Amino acid sequence: MNRFLLPLGAFIVLVIFLWIGLTLNPREVPSPLINKVAPTFRLPQLHDAAKTIGPEDLRGKVWLLNVWASWCVTCRQEHPLLVELERQKLVPIYGLNYKDNRDDGLALLRNSGDPYTLSAYDREGNVGIDWGVYGVPETFVIDKSGLIRHKFIGALTPELIQNKLIPLVKELNGA
Amino acid sequence: MHSKFLFLVLLLLIPLAHADQAVIKKDDPVLEKRVMDLSAHLRCLVCQNQTIADSNAELAVDLKNQVREKLQQGQSEQEILDYMVKRYGEFVLFSPLVKSTTWLLWFGPLLLLIVGMGVLIAILRQRRKMMQQAPALSTVEHARAASLLSGKNDGGQS
Repeated sequence: MNRFLLPLGAFIVLVIFLWIGLTLNPREVPSPLINKVAPTFRLPQLHDAAKTIGPEDLRGKVWLLNVWASWCVTCRQEHPLLVELERQKLVPIYGLNYKDNRDDGLALLRNSGDPYTLSAYDREGNVGIDWGVYGVPETFVIDKSGLIRHKFIGALTPELIQNKLIPLVKELNGA
Repeated sequence: MHSKFLFLVLLLLIPLAHADQAVIKKDDPVLEKRVMDLSAHLRCLVCQNQTIADSNAELAVDLKNQVREKLQQGQSEQEILDYMVKRYGEFVLFSPLVKSTTWLLWFGPLLLLIVGMGVLIAILRQRRKMMQQAPALSTVEHARAASLLSGKNDGGQS
C-alpha cells in the first residue's frame, strides 16, 4: 500500500501545478511601471502636428492612456467600448497612436468615432518602448500625481471596464 | 510538367524566405556585434521563447534599434539592460537573475539529481542487505544450480 502512496502523492502535486499553470496567461507580463511615475514624453498631437502633448500637461487629474493603432485589429474591436466609456464622462481618455500612419489613424477616428480627448502621435514607437508597450492595445491608468496605477494588456472588455477600470478610477478620484 | 518546374523554382526560393531574418544596417561591424550580443540577452515579449536577436517581430526590431541607439550614445551594456528591466520587468532578461525567488528554478534540477541519487543509493543498499540475508544454498542446491547454468537439464521441474 505504502509503495503506491508516494508516487500517487507526487502525481497529485504535479497535477495541481500543471492545473495552475493552465490558468495562467504567459502573455500578461506584469509591468514594473505600476506605482511608478509615468515616463515622460513630448509628442506631436495626432490631429495637429504643430501642437504637442506630454504627461505633465495632465497632472492633477486621473486619466487613461490607450495605446492604439489603425493596423491593430484588436484595437478596432476595443474601439466602440472606448467610445461608450467616453460618453459616460467618468475619465478622460488620451490616445497614444502607436507606429501608425497619421492619415490612417485619423481616418479610423473619423469613421468609428473619436473617444480621445487628444491623441499623441508616436510614429517611431519610442515612447511605446519607454512605457513598456509590447502588445497593442494597452491601457494605462494614471493618477493625479502622475503615477501609473494599472495597466491593461490587450483589449478592454465590458467586464474589465465595469469591474476593474471604473471602480479604480472612482477610487483614485476620491482620494 | 509546367507545375513541376514551378515547384522546383519555389523550392529554390525557400532559403530566400528567411533571408530577411533580423535585418540590420551593417555600417559598423563592431557596433553591430555589440548590438547582437546584447540582444541575445533580451527576451522578445511578443514571441517569448526567442531573444530579440533571433526575432524579426516588429517590436524586436524596434528594441534592437533602441539598443543600437543607446550604445551609440555611449551607454554601457549594464545600463541598457537596467533600462529594459525598468520598462518590461525582469522577464525581459532571457536568463533569469539568480536570487531567492529563482533559486528553485536554478538549483531545482540539481536538487532533484541529489534526491534521485539518494533514493537510488538507499534502494541499492537495501537490495544488498536482502541478498546478504537470503539463506545460503546447500551443497545439493549448488550442484543443481550449476547444472542448470551449464545448460544440461537435470530432469527436475521444467
